[in-house]
Amino acid sequence: MGGRESTLVLLDKNGIRCDGRKVNEPRKIMIKAGVLKNADGSAYIEFGDNKILAGVFGPRDVHPKHLSNTDTGILRCRYHMSPFSVTERKNPAPSRREIEISKVIKEALQPSLMLEKFPRTVVDVFIEVLQADGGSRCAAIDAASVALADAGIPMRDMVCACAAGKVADTIVLDVNNEEDQAGQADMPVGYMPNLDKVTLLQLDGVLTRDEYKKCIDTAIGGCKLVYQIQKKALTDKFFENGGNQ
Amino acid sequence: MQDDKKRYVIPGDVITTGPYRPDQNVTLYGNHIIATVIGISEISDDSVRVIPLTGMYIPKSSDLVIGKVVSHTSLSWEVDINSCYVGILPAADVFGRDFSAHADELTSKLDKGDLIAARIVNFDRTRDPLITIADRELGKIESGTLIKISPSKVPRLIGKRGSMIQTIEMATHAVITIGQNGLIVVSCDDSNGLLKAIKAIRMIEEQAHMANLTDKIKEMLESR
Repeated sequence: MGGRESTLVLLDKNGIRCDGRKVNEPRKIMIKAGVLKNADGSAYIEFGDNKILAGVFGPRDVHPKHLSNTDTGILRCRYHMSPFSVTERKNPAPSRREIEISKVIKEALQPSLMLEKFPRTVVDVFIEVLQADGGSRCAAIDAASVALADAGIPMRDMVCACAAGKVADTIVLDVNNEEDQAGQADMPVGYMPNLDKVTLLQLDGVLTRDEYKKCIDTAIGGCKLVYQIQKKALTDKFFENGGNQ
Repeated sequence: MQDDKKRYVIPGDVITTGPYRPDQNVTLYGNHIIATVIGISEISDDSVRVIPLTGMYIPKSSDLVIGKVVSHTSLSWEVDINSCYVGILPAADVFGRDFSAHADELTSKLDKGDLIAARIVNFDRTRDPLITIADRELGKIESGTLIKISPSKVPRLIGKRGSMIQTIEMATHAVITIGQNGLIVVSCDDSNGLLKAIKAIRMIEEQAHMANLTDKIKEMLESR
């Protein structure tokens, strides 16, 4: 059940997906930390065909002042898709979807940040999607997390995110755009690998209990792969000689 | 750094699980001591801390900082100290005890845009940091070149017991005032010395993570 009618073969009899990947294989991921000079922290991610920039400012003064909290710092997130990020020009004004994803990303990152150390301040995270190809919210969280670490904002753990889904009655890791459109379920998961905590869990579609369990395990497995890449991105920037002197 | 005591860490890395006291930039989760910033972890005696490699300046009592006056009220100046909080310099600190809000004009002593060397008197999470310029080496900075570096690299610029900064000062005859907030004022009569000192500071900022940097700086200063 679920999914749109499509002539695309999502999963062939050898277990190879429409883009040539195996069932539990993520797309190619590349992260680079510290790409923007003017931001306090920044990161660029290529997650398959997703290309996303994240910039972090702060902690800094809150404007407008009434938003500030005397007990703790606050986090603001803006997820924005460039007009050229999709095949048909996207209106640059924030859409309903972007506002929602901004909120979801904010709530996925918040548990990792120790903002109580900076009362009356704000940390701003700006995420710009340059090219979108399904699963951009996960890629955005991955980039934002690296950018926050690059900015030196105290964090309990990195947040890594990866989706899993159900395509042609099979649970697969890292759903791409075609699978998202024609597949049966899509489940983005945000995860803190060292604390073993889930910070984001969404599910679009219908799964049985067993499928749900398998899906979340698959997604967490993907998150752990992403974590290694995030770690490498930060290590490359800060400890050029590979982490050990 | 192969030994257990010093290690490169990123947020979330478990440094140790022993009965240690969590010091700077670490947090306790269960019995794990976890790094909260990117940096170098250090286990010394009974405590664990991480020396950060990035991040913003967080005011600390008795730190020397360099700031720029951004505005004033009738009772105090507001000073940008390159942090997420503005420094508050009370007028009574400059005019003395007999300061009167209607008789004394604050701009007569310090105006918007003036650079000052100040010391942080008091800072806690409920109020903005209170600063003072009432000390011998503090006050308005009249001349010099302002350089901004990352506050996390200031300890490296100073060096062990001031060795690095002394090396630069001796070789270039420049007078260097370092604020803990990453702002530095260099003044030198000799323009060559000034350029050299600035070059050395920039070099330290770029290569802060490298070993035997003092020797490299010495070499650079001695050339030409």
